[in-house]
Amino acid sequence: MAANVSPRNAPRPLDVEAVRRDFPILATTVHGRPLTYLDSAASSQRARPVLEAVEHYERHSHANVHRGVHALSQAATAAFEGARERVRRFINAVSVKEVIFVRGTTEGINLVAQSYARPRLRPGDEILITALEHHANIVPWQMVCEQTGAHLRVAPINRRGEVPFDEFQRQLSPRTRLAAFAHISNALGTVLPVKRMIEAARAQGAVVLIDGAQAVPHARVDVRALGADFYTFSGHKMYAPTGIGVLYGREELLAAMPPWQGGGDMILTVSFEKTTYNELPAKFEAGTPNISGAVGLAAAMDYLEGLGIEAVAAHEQHLLELATVELGRMPQIELVGTAAHKAAVLSFTMKGVHAHDLGTILDADGVAVRTGHHCAMPVMTFFGLPATARASFACYNTEEDVARLVRALERAREVFG
Amino acid sequence: MDLKELYRDVILDHNRRPRNFGPLEGANHRAEGNNPLCGDRLTLAVRLAGDRIEDIRFEGSGCAISTASASLMTEAVKGKDRASVRQLFERIHALLTQPDAAADPALGKLAALSGVREFPARVKCASLCWHTLNAALASPSGAATVSTE
Repeated sequence: MAANVSPRNAPRPLDVEAVRRDFPILATTVHGRPLTYLDSAASSQRARPVLEAVEHYERHSHANVHRGVHALSQAATAAFEGARERVRRFINAVSVKEVIFVRGTTEGINLVAQSYARPRLRPGDEILITALEHHANIVPWQMVCEQTGAHLRVAPINRRGEVPFDEFQRQLSPRTRLAAFAHISNALGTVLPVKRMIEAARAQGAVVLIDGAQAVPHARVDVRALGADFYTFSGHKMYAPTGIGVLYGREELLAAMPPWQGGGDMILTVSFEKTTYNELPAKFEAGTPNISGAVGLAAAMDYLEGLGIEAVAAHEQHLLELATVELGRMPQIELVGTAAHKAAVLSFTMKGVHAHDLGTILDADGVAVRTGHHCAMPVMTFFGLPATARASFACYNTEEDVARLVRALERAREVFG
Repeated sequence: MDLKELYRDVILDHNRRPRNFGPLEGANHRAEGNNPLCGDRLTLAVRLAGDRIEDIRFEGSGCAISTASASLMTEAVKGKDRASVRQLFERIHALLTQPDAAADPALGKLAALSGVREFPARVKCASLCWHTLNAALASPSGAATVSTE
């Protein structure tokens, strides 16, 4: 059952204790201690309504979609296509034809790289990314550059972990055919000025893809208001299952793109002489899709909007500010990524204690943080660090979680003398 | 979960003051080890005289377990021939992976790494330097690269 059913957009405070009861896994103990889960930026936990929707679908409605005239196939198709409509509303796309189900953000980016960029780009063309991207928003473009002879440009970041808009703009030119950047940085939590960046890139004639993996659980995303050409995100970072995500693309662009993978569901007719392709969105969904994942994703969107995304964001912002102050008081802690505009992520190092040792010591206290390069090696290289520890916040975290993090960090200092 | 078992005094000491750390002049075997999951990097330089490790030093950055393990390893293998190093490698492998490995007196200070086996996520940290050493000794006289993945 959802905790708070508040009207949309109502920024009333979150009842975090009620929210916690919606997440069964939070009752887990780790090494005999209560779980302090501060790794939602890697993967969030599942809300009970999501678990129930998935189970209900599996128990009562499962069959293959778009294939049968029997009752269950129709029920499954209705659930799957209902989920697509739910996503359309969540991101304010014009049409369900613009909502492609994918495995996750990584697949969404690869689809655009291979189906949009690869057939169009020529030697001398440029793709622009930023220096704080996740590997998933770097490597697919490097592959396209190798395949087409296009050139990858990188807009720099500053010591606070921000992408200065002027620097970004300076990298743009009429040669920029495509710009791809994160809405929110996974490694540092920086919120990018995406609307301005999109406008500037499109003004040069570039098509823009936004990696929204870290944004959808923390900010209202309106793809039309943003003006993005492509926007992609994962379900599992927003309380939905793994293996389901969304690629939004403007219909005009998707319609002009060749299919990415071939198989069932993406065709109209097949003969050995000639195959014709299905309409959008089926054209990009070859094979049996992750139906229960889509159902879970729709339930997660209901849940998140039930809480109120603004209320969730305000709650997380409070925890981020509290943790920033608390960790800032510890002389041996250095915060990495101090952008003026941040969301839900606190990356840090501890003097004399490597991030992996920190991860193990915190885990012994039941505190789960991510340690390592966060799939953003160039960011680590920029700051001259092999790794950082990263605490990330979600709707179910509390001030007590921050206090437990601080106590566990003090213990780490004791262990290392 | 006993952190003291993992972070014994010997480990903390070798992490803080790694022995045989830095470049090695006259090295004739070299290998680089990477743990791509954590970003740990280790470069081993060995000066082999015939079949014997005359000198060995390491550089790089890693966690306390990987730094201490490399430091302890360089102390343990210096002066040994290939066959003895291979034997030691097998003993260390057993120590890190077999849940009830008995105390092995032949390991000396290296036995301090026994706590690692209670922390499966950290076994690779301790074994990286040993795999790197294997690669360095196996390469004819050039440079090799190993990865824990």
